Amino acid sequence: MRADADVDASRPSGPDGLVMGKDGLAALVDVLIRRGFTPVGPTVREGAIVLAELGSADELPYGWGVELEAGRYRLRERADGAAFAHAAGPQSWKPFLHPPRVREWTADRVAGELVVTAERVAPPRYAFLGVRPCDLRAIAVQDRVLTGGAYRDPGYAGRRSGALLIVVECTEPGATCFCVSMGTGPATGPGYDLVMTEVVDADRHRFWVRSGSREGAEILAELPARPADPETRRTARAGVAAAADRMGRSMPETDLRELMARTLDAPRWDDVAGRCLTCGNCTMVCPTCFCTTTEDVTDLTGDHAERWSLWDSCFDLDFSNLHGGPVRASARSRYRQWLTHKLGTWYDQFGSSGCVGCGRCIVWCPVGIDITEEAAALHDWTRSGQPTPEPS
Amino acid sequence: MSTVAPPLPYHVAGTWEETDDTRSIELVPAGAELPPFAPGQFAMIYAFGVGEVPISVSSLRGAHGGLVYTVRAVGAVSSALHRLRPGDTVGLRGPYGTGWDLDAAAGHDVLVVAGGIGLAPLRPVIQEVLGRPDAYGRLAVLAGARTPADLIYRDQFAGWGESAWVAVTVDRSGPRWRGAVGVVTALLDDLDPHPGRTHALVCGPEVMMRHTARDLVARGLAPHRVQVSLERNMRCGTGHCGHCQLGPLLLCRDGPVVGYDRAARLLLVREM
Repeated sequence: MRADADVDASRPSGPDGLVMGKDGLAALVDVLIRRGFTPVGPTVREGAIVLAELGSADELPYGWGVELEAGRYRLRERADGAAFAHAAGPQSWKPFLHPPRVREWTADRVAGELVVTAERVAPPRYAFLGVRPCDLRAIAVQDRVLTGGAYRDPGYAGRRSGALLIVVECTEPGATCFCVSMGTGPATGPGYDLVMTEVVDADRHRFWVRSGSREGAEILAELPARPADPETRRTARAGVAAAADRMGRSMPETDLRELMARTLDAPRWDDVAGRCLTCGNCTMVCPTCFCTTTEDVTDLTGDHAERWSLWDSCFDLDFSNLHGGPVRASARSRYRQWLTHKLGTWYDQFGSSGCVGCGRCIVWCPVGIDITEEAAALHDWTRSGQPTPEPS
Repeated sequence: MSTVAPPLPYHVAGTWEETDDTRSIELVPAGAELPPFAPGQFAMIYAFGVGEVPISVSSLRGAHGGLVYTVRAVGAVSSALHRLRPGDTVGLRGPYGTGWDLDAAAGHDVLVVAGGIGLAPLRPVIQEVLGRPDAYGRLAVLAGARTPADLIYRDQFAGWGESAWVAVTVDRSGPRWRGAVGVVTALLDDLDPHPGRTHALVCGPEVMMRHTARDLVARGLAPHRVQVSLERNMRCGTGHCGHCQLGPLLLCRDGPVVGYDRAARLLLVREM
């Protein structure tokens, strides 16, 4: 069934949107492939819901949820067959837009001269299906870092500009989620091409869909959808509102940026350093952590060299190395760098928080360090009559 | 906004020794040329197959009209740069970072305080002030090094001294050293800079900059009239790799030259 004739494909859909069933989701993946996109979405693999290229909507994690806790991630079967009733998995969209390993340029010695060639690979046009609102914000945060300053990262810009973002609002937050505290969810913010809200109730499994761009509207017009009925819209909105009340975690209600600036000497940093393994897992799973290092390699002829960019972590000793040794040698200083950057100095550098409240750093920390608990402990310290030097 | 570009090939026009562990190289474009550098800005210099290092420009116009960089051998890349010979090729990116704010210094006495190789990023300032004496007040150059053998640009001190106050000190004296021995801040007593008229530009080891800046502020200089050039690990130069953070600053973007009014509290936090 084609969309109703009164849907104007040249404009984003109105706030009422359309509604479609599981067949609509199947058609969506087919339409994306037909339009030349590489669809990427959640699927069950090796005991986790991972993000991977989708051949069809059948690969979506229908009937799977997750149980999340600090240092713990488990799949859980659901009776309702929902496709998107799961919170953040181990990956974000970062590995697709800002891959862990990228060749930036090659250098060749040709007749004694140096010839440098920038890497030019046409990136796939990704369609990200199932972007959570927290991750939509994370993409916007990385946009600011990698393309919003004086210099644009050409590789990121190329991958990002072709990407289609299909958001699915959250109705099933995890125990480690705190997007409400960070103002990023569970309802979507701007920047999507399509947004869906999944509704599963006694009689029907359906998706309320709205478009946010011309391309999103064109795709929506190709799907077997009909104007959304008031009951579906109401139920969908209620599901998202209820999710906001079921956040597993929250940040202390204070100005986190100021909290970070005032607590650089807090004894809590020693406490967390006693638990932190400085493994860097939190930085790998964080959807906004962007740091990279470089690797220069040559082939056996010695006349061909390559420059690679690799994910790096501020927990690595080499990260702050300055002729003679690391600036941040202690675990205390490295954890403090990560947290104060994420919640505090990110504002100074890029105009927003670096945390979107997805909770991945809590789940994937092998010793279960909880960013919300650490922030709360710092907040408690400032209220316990300790001297709190002004950030002057 | 511009897109990050790979390095441009530059030829080595000349290379010479400054001290036992420090050499200068003059680079001229092999083809296309980078935009002009300002004093205090830095380049990423690429040694073929080895890697890149951030190096501040130490003269905007060398004997062959090229850019001069002074490099201390501390790692694989800087050692590779020491092995370059005239005619060799390197890759060059830049200019990056904030330069010395010479507009702010115009009309003021200019006080240059350098420790060790910290004199390198300041030499273009000295050349600029000496070349345009009408634009500035008096120039003073205070330079310190560990030993007399570690003083770079020693052969140029006499020339600078014809138009500027030049004072030199070392931590440890040598056999034929008849100059001052001690920290560079001790040289301030003789100079006695006028706090209302002076603009200070400071580069050297962090502890030296901290003491010098604190001393100058104690002498009445406004903190924003003391500029320091800070250093952290750098991989990209374009604000994307995250390595050069110093609290709220990305030093490749917000530095390396920073007013002491912003830098003071950051330099007080250990392991920041």
